[in-house]
Amino acid sequence: MKQTRRATAPRLAPYAFVAPAVVFFAALLLVPIGYTLYLSFEKSQVSGLGLGAGARRQVFAGLSNYSAALADPAFAASLLRVLVYSLILVPVMLGLALLFALLLDARRVGFQRFARLSIFLPYAVPTVIASLLWGFLYLPTVSPFPAILARLGLAMPNLFASRTALFSVANIGVWGGTGFNMIVMYTALRAVPAELYEAARIDGASQIQIALRIKIPMIAPALVLTGVFSIIATLQVFNEPQTLAPLTNTISPDWMPLMKVYDLAFNDNNSYEAAALSLVIAAAMFVLSFGLLRASNKRVFQGR
Amino acid sequence: MKLILGSHAAVMRPARRSRRRRAAAIAATVLAALLAAGCSSSSSSSSSSSSTSTTSSSPSSAASSQKVTLTFWSWVPNLDKVVAIWNQSHPDIQVQVQVQAGGDAELTKLLTAAKAGNPPDLAQVEYQVLPTLVSNNYLANIAQYASSLKSDFPAGNWNQVTLGTSSLYGIPQDAAPMALFYRADLFKKYGLTVPATWAQFAADAAKLHSEAPGVFLGTFSSVDPGEFAGLTQQAGAQWWSASGSAWTVSIDSAASRKVASFWQSLVASGGVDNQPQWTAGWNKGMNNGKYIAWVSDVWAPSDMPTVSPANNGKWLMTELPQWTAGSNVVGNWGGSSTAVMAASKHQQAAAEFAAWLNTDPQATGALVSDSGIYPADITAEGALSAPPTYFSNQPAFWSLAKQYAAGASQVTWGPDVNVAYSEFTTAFGGAVTSKGSFLSPLAQVQSAVLSDMKKSGFTVQAG
Repeated sequence: MKQTRRATAPRLAPYAFVAPAVVFFAALLLVPIGYTLYLSFEKSQVSGLGLGAGARRQVFAGLSNYSAALADPAFAASLLRVLVYSLILVPVMLGLALLFALLLDARRVGFQRFARLSIFLPYAVPTVIASLLWGFLYLPTVSPFPAILARLGLAMPNLFASRTALFSVANIGVWGGTGFNMIVMYTALRAVPAELYEAARIDGASQIQIALRIKIPMIAPALVLTGVFSIIATLQVFNEPQTLAPLTNTISPDWMPLMKVYDLAFNDNNSYEAAALSLVIAAAMFVLSFGLLRASNKRVFQGR
Repeated sequence: MKLILGSHAAVMRPARRSRRRRAAAIAATVLAALLAAGCSSSSSSSSSSSSTSTTSSSPSSAASSQKVTLTFWSWVPNLDKVVAIWNQSHPDIQVQVQVQAGGDAELTKLLTAAKAGNPPDLAQVEYQVLPTLVSNNYLANIAQYASSLKSDFPAGNWNQVTLGTSSLYGIPQDAAPMALFYRADLFKKYGLTVPATWAQFAADAAKLHSEAPGVFLGTFSSVDPGEFAGLTQQAGAQWWSASGSAWTVSIDSAASRKVASFWQSLVASGGVDNQPQWTAGWNKGMNNGKYIAWVSDVWAPSDMPTVSPANNGKWLMTELPQWTAGSNVVGNWGGSSTAVMAASKHQQAAAEFAAWLNTDPQATGALVSDSGIYPADITAEGALSAPPTYFSNQPAFWSLAKQYAAGASQVTWGPDVNVAYSEFTTAFGGAVTSKGSFLSPLAQVQSAVLSDMKKSGFTVQAG
């Protein structure tokens, strides 16, 4: 008896442990993706004026949703916009995060814990709230900045002009994201063995040389990781522009790719084309992140 | 989710009606909305766990002998007070108001909830989106319960809720003729005459701009397609029309182009601002004298206390300027009905409530006094004797409203107003910012609507 119990228990246990994850993965990811895939090949077909009951049917659409979504010039424009946004946001945010991480790591002084916390704090503010706060600061009529700038003899630039809006939105991303990335980098820095620094110092390296030649190369995996995650996150930007949109004419309902999906699904009530477009975006994101990780794996992780 | 950003005033429910009313409220409202979302999900489950009451219900609800709880989505301020009157006298049909951010935000949610199969029992629905909801088969036909109310309403409003058929998709709540609001004190200060025609309006704008640059006769708001649509109706535009089984789309018509060019030149010359309405900045401008006129609608009393809290009594209403001197034509901006959703299990009870809300003297009286609504019910005269509190300087407020309603244009709305309005915001947003041509965005809206309708299989042509 004892033996059989011992024999079966280990065989069942792994499944029992894995089951919840599998169930949730299937219910919350696989099934919705499957349904999205199904919707993307359907469309709604109207007969007559379309006003009576049953005047609208759901029919097979082939690839027409995909072709319509991809041919929409607004989508191409939003794609270009999000790439520029990513180009602005990711280097600035990661550059600042790295700078702060190195400063915090170099200066082991009293206010360090306070500095670390205050840089991290914006990350704890939900992006919607952050966007509301920044939105009020950007709007000249309710912002305190025009008055302050006027004292200095300066005029406040229009932060929602078509050329500046992208920067205004990116600023919210930098504000909110720097802290988190700094913590990741700082943690990686703390894991660098102290002997390396000692050896460098004996060799006569300055703090800057230590930072450039030892610290940054040693935390390269963390930099790659934060880089990949940041790129993925910025390409999915939605909350900030969606929250700011009612404040300005510049941010249209289809300003960013995910806003375009939202606009299609909920404003235009066309969940079929929205499903096709979201799958296209998901596929692109998958290829991009997979490619980035692979490329960086080769260079950073296996090169060692 | 769509968010709300706006006024600095008290936590008020934002605005009624405009398509983009999502844009009016404060950060506090967001918080309140989040809390409300949390509450409503739990309360709806608890309230529906039915108390199996054995008492026979009130005589009017013959169909059900059990207590029912109906959910009702609306954005009308203080509606809960009106509904409380019903709940008190109808213990077996309890109605629970779930407050929405505004017409536009509600439509988005409603389309989604209806598609998912769990919409509310009742919803406030603006006239222009009724065809959209009907075309998706989301609204119940309540003709068998409420057709007898036809004589209570103006033919125009009744036609909107029947779509010209024998079905009935909602009970008209308010008529929404447009009107011009202006700051009487500041018009005097700048030496402006209250414009009776659009030509005078343009002259006022030019004079104002030369005397006080930075002060405007209002703003052309790219987030308010409903306002622009109303202005084009006044000029004679009919964006959609149906004959036989074919639709005609005439958004880019001569009348619309006339209106678009008119506002384009006002924006370009600086007499009218180019910022969106319903933002915190707009509220501030309405409050501090930056905007001294507002092309709006007779429902403005429900918004004014939030939008311009410091100027109680200083704003006055006058007729919308006319294209031809002496005529009496205005367009409609919004206006809404109370509709029963097709997925509701208690359609009869819901229809009874909708009929009561919009025709019972006690209900319409409360709608006027608590919510600042101009009821569509023509028998609701009694409630309209006293002007809204905010317009206490204008005792004739409601009789003026009645006069404007008489001149309101008849409208046929198409089955994808949501697409037109969304495209309007996109297309005019750019044009308004760059102060460029308003004609190309107008053409863009027309082509977006045509292509959407063709894609859905409608028989459609450009008018």
